[in-house]
Amino acid sequence: MGKGKTVKHLIDKEWCKGCGICIHFCPKNVLEFDKHDKADAARPEDCIACKLCELRCPDLAIQIIEDQEGENEKQE
Amino acid sequence: MTKQVFNFKDYIRPRFFPHMWCPGCGHGIVLGALLRAVHELGLDKNEIVMTSGIGCSSRISGYVDFHSLHTIHGRALAFATGVKLSKPNLKAIVPMGDGDALAIGGNHFIHAARRNIDITAIVMNNRIYGMTGGQFSPLSGSGKKATTAPYLTIDRSFDVVELAKSAGATFVARSTVYHATECKDLIKKGISHKGFSLVEILTQCPTYYGRKNKEGDAVQMMESYKANTAKIGSKKLEKDPGLIQRGVFVDNKDIPEYCEAYDKIIETAMKGKA
Repeated sequence: MGKGKTVKHLIDKEWCKGCGICIHFCPKNVLEFDKHDKADAARPEDCIACKLCELRCPDLAIQIIEDQEGENEKQE
Repeated sequence: MTKQVFNFKDYIRPRFFPHMWCPGCGHGIVLGALLRAVHELGLDKNEIVMTSGIGCSSRISGYVDFHSLHTIHGRALAFATGVKLSKPNLKAIVPMGDGDALAIGGNHFIHAARRNIDITAIVMNNRIYGMTGGQFSPLSGSGKKATTAPYLTIDRSFDVVELAKSAGATFVARSTVYHATECKDLIKKGISHKGFSLVEILTQCPTYYGRKNKEGDAVQMMESYKANTAKIGSKKLEKDPGLIQRGVFVDNKDIPEYCEAYDKIIETAMKGKA
């Protein structure tokens, strides 16, 4: 991830049905099953925010929130 | 509106979630692509009417926060034609399953295409009747297993794209749920197109089609879409012309749209000259 950027994975565990599509297609191997067999961001620091998981999640359970520290306030 | 960051929660009825589709069902990916397409086109929720028939795919109309009609099996295009003629300013989107569109609603499908009425039909092709328990559909193809074909199917399948082309649809495209971004772009083009547009999206049914035909789980079925399809004009297709083609097949802007042509007839009739 770029400097000062953080990525947050909002995963709705109620909506996730544990199909594993996001985990399989993640190019950086960020996601993993948790102990309840739901998707979980195990290594969020590796995320490049390509949003392939968000695009392909059939349950609309993942949202990727990008934060550019310090710059968001400037833009607004 | 397009400047805003996309949040699908602005476009859905969250009280119906989690949705009723099986784990790994591709229909949810189509829903996501559709919501993104609507967002990127900057359409207002009140400008869209979604008409659907019966089947897993047709449940989409209940999940979106647009005007929606959940109608009878196969007749979604007929209802949409009525809505469109009475309110031509609305964008009519009709999500259909393969059986809903081409078996039960086959006649409505070819005639909507022939009339060139401004409707966007999205055929979610999972090659099976999922909701009723995995019966084979006209898109299953021969040599496939289904609950109603334990010793393999005999019937050959339709080619949705070829059928729509020959029926006279003025926009015809195909994509798969693996290619989610392409899928979104084609839906966008379909909605913007004036006239009948068909977007066929190959989507997986891991519960019935995948399990019966030993195609693996949702992930493996999506991988097979990557391996077995190729974009029109790509090198991959040149090397292996037998692959399923993806992309825009027809984009014809020269044929008059039905509602507009109808308005002209009304105008002539109002002058009182036959």
